[in-house]
Amino acid sequence: MSLTAPVRRKRILAVASGGGHWEELLLLRPAFEDQDVLFATTLAGLAERAGLTRHAMLPDCNADQKLAALRCTLAAAWLLLRFRPQVIISTGALPGFIVMAIGKAFGARTIWIDSIANAEEFSAAGAHARRVADLRLSQWPDVADAGHAEYAGNLL
Amino acid sequence: MIFATVGTQLVFPRLIGALDRIAGAHGLEMIAQTCDPAPGTRHIECHQHIAPVDFDALFARAELVVGHAGIGTILTARKLGKPLLLLPRRASLGEHRNDHQMATARFVARFPGIRIAWGENELEEKILERDPPVPEFGASPERNRLIARVREFLLQD
Repeated sequence: MSLTAPVRRKRILAVASGGGHWEELLLLRPAFEDQDVLFATTLAGLAERAGLTRHAMLPDCNADQKLAALRCTLAAAWLLLRFRPQVIISTGALPGFIVMAIGKAFGARTIWIDSIANAEEFSAAGAHARRVADLRLSQWPDVADAGHAEYAGNLL
Repeated sequence: MIFATVGTQLVFPRLIGALDRIAGAHGLEMIAQTCDPAPGTRHIECHQHIAPVDFDALFARAELVVGHAGIGTILTARKLGKPLLLLPRRASLGEHRNDHQMATARFVARFPGIRIAWGENELEEKILERDPPVPEFGASPERNRLIARVREFLLQD
């Protein structure tokens, strides 16, 4: 029997597109892996490769694909209705922003970490995230300063 | 075997074409993930896409990985301890929407085990170099700091 008080875990939705965004999200796992975490990504097989049992798929999209963005939005809303995260964390790209924007309207707290690839300016999704992220981080001090965001280290 | 990757989003014919010439000229075994349904190569085994688990297996089998300067490629090389040679995409050649891969390449050039080909004409010499440097990534206080900040924020009520 544990003598410590039971710790209430937070429901966390961790979302990133396939590729570098996803690899960056995985590096952030120590920040939240002891919580009640659901991962979401856009490329089949990524969560399995990482050994993650709880995961969901989202349709991929970018700013040039209106129909794909609509499909992603519907899937994101459905996912959020089922999981009801208290915190949403995303490393990009547009699908992560869509989840964050809808989740914010549902009352979740939101954390955007712009990819370390964006060394000179925020990504387009990361710039939009200013309106919906409670904590918005760039991995570059100058980009953080210019983009009204915070710098708190980087993943490389 | 040399494994080449262009990431999951965009074709990169300048890289794959140069590698095909180098593989042919020197009889090198190369396997490439190209995003391209018809890369038109003669000397490389090409796959448009590779499932994540198989991708890691090829990456792990390679003596050297040649790729675009994408974060996914760089982090996978670190995870699997592979020497890496990167050719950054250039916006002026229509290879990406901006030159962020040039900035990434300048930044990671400082890490042992990562070499940069600033143009495709630099690939051959660097591929033929014996004993490519082994990647080393030490402790990362900056990474730990970022993780701590994210954790602090998400545990707030």
